[in-house]
Amino acid sequence: MPGATPDVDGGDDPADDGVRIDMISGARMEGLTSMEKIRLILDGVREGNIVILEEGLSPDEESKLIEVTMTEISPDDFTGIEIETYPKPNAGNKSFLDRLMGRESAQKLTVIGPANRIETLHKDENLISTLVSRQ
Amino acid sequence: MGLLTNLRDSILRVTDGLFAADEPKRIGIYGPPNAGKTTLANRIARDWTGDAVGPESQVPHETRRARRKEDVEIERNGQTVTIDIVDTPGVTTKVDYKEFLDHDMDKEDAVRRSREATEGVAEAMHWLREDVDGVIYVLDSTTDPFTQVNTMLIGIIESQDLPALILANKTDLSESDVTQIANAFPQHETVPLSALEGENMDEVYTKIAEYFG
Repeated sequence: MPGATPDVDGGDDPADDGVRIDMISGARMEGLTSMEKIRLILDGVREGNIVILEEGLSPDEESKLIEVTMTEISPDDFTGIEIETYPKPNAGNKSFLDRLMGRESAQKLTVIGPANRIETLHKDENLISTLVSRQ
Repeated sequence: MGLLTNLRDSILRVTDGLFAADEPKRIGIYGPPNAGKTTLANRIARDWTGDAVGPESQVPHETRRARRKEDVEIERNGQTVTIDIVDTPGVTTKVDYKEFLDHDMDKEDAVRRSREATEGVAEAMHWLREDVDGVIYVLDSTTDPFTQVNTMLIGIIESQDLPALILANKTDLSESDVTQIANAFPQHETVPLSALEGENMDEVYTKIAEYFG
């Protein structure tokens, strides 16, 4: 699949010793379809990784991410995702053309992880504080 | 191509809205689990049709299927507004069956409930993208509104250009703080209410007529 996370295993699974964080640049996400982005995120998260997106997802992609996540939840295996972004700027700041064309600025740092490993301690407009536990 | 597709979709949305002006608008009641969405849906349905929409419960994810109550006629200022109300499952990004074990359920029931809950959330998201004309977003005014689900859902609703009315529910509880909800989403009007006690429903109906009429 385009943009899939590379295998960095060198024998033993490094996740056994810590928490793997994949920081994905906006350039890497550019050109992927919505479903490819969602697959890239969920494949990483289901392996127990924390995925950080430089530029986040569009609202439509976020909606689909929730929907696909729900279809993949299974008892004693995958309980879903924790996702955090900074609150979106006021929608009134969008230009008329952006609103007409349905364009959204997706530039918002986004942190996504397995729901059973990441816990949000504090969140406001300027700070997201999370606790990440080992498997 | 993307630009043209977006333009075509935008024009279709506008023309669909014009030609469907006489059809009852489908108003989705959205929000996180346990915000009081079904209590509100029942309050509206009972006030204007005499029927309820579905069972209410303190157990999260009591509503696991979107339920529609059609042709709810709300009279305001001598005019009648007809809407279909769609009570939706509470939206979340995670469902763990173990949480239901605390509510006197055995594992089998808890697993079944969690599976139905996940299907319900997926269904609710699909309705939001495809099948609603407006949104009543219900928040529990005793809890912190700065959650990711609220942030994402409000963003999704805004991106669809859907009219959205934010309701700060549970004002009958002493911990209720309507101001924190108004501050969290300053771009929207926030209307306080207690769906359970029927407090401030007059203003809610006036706003429903104003937003969705």
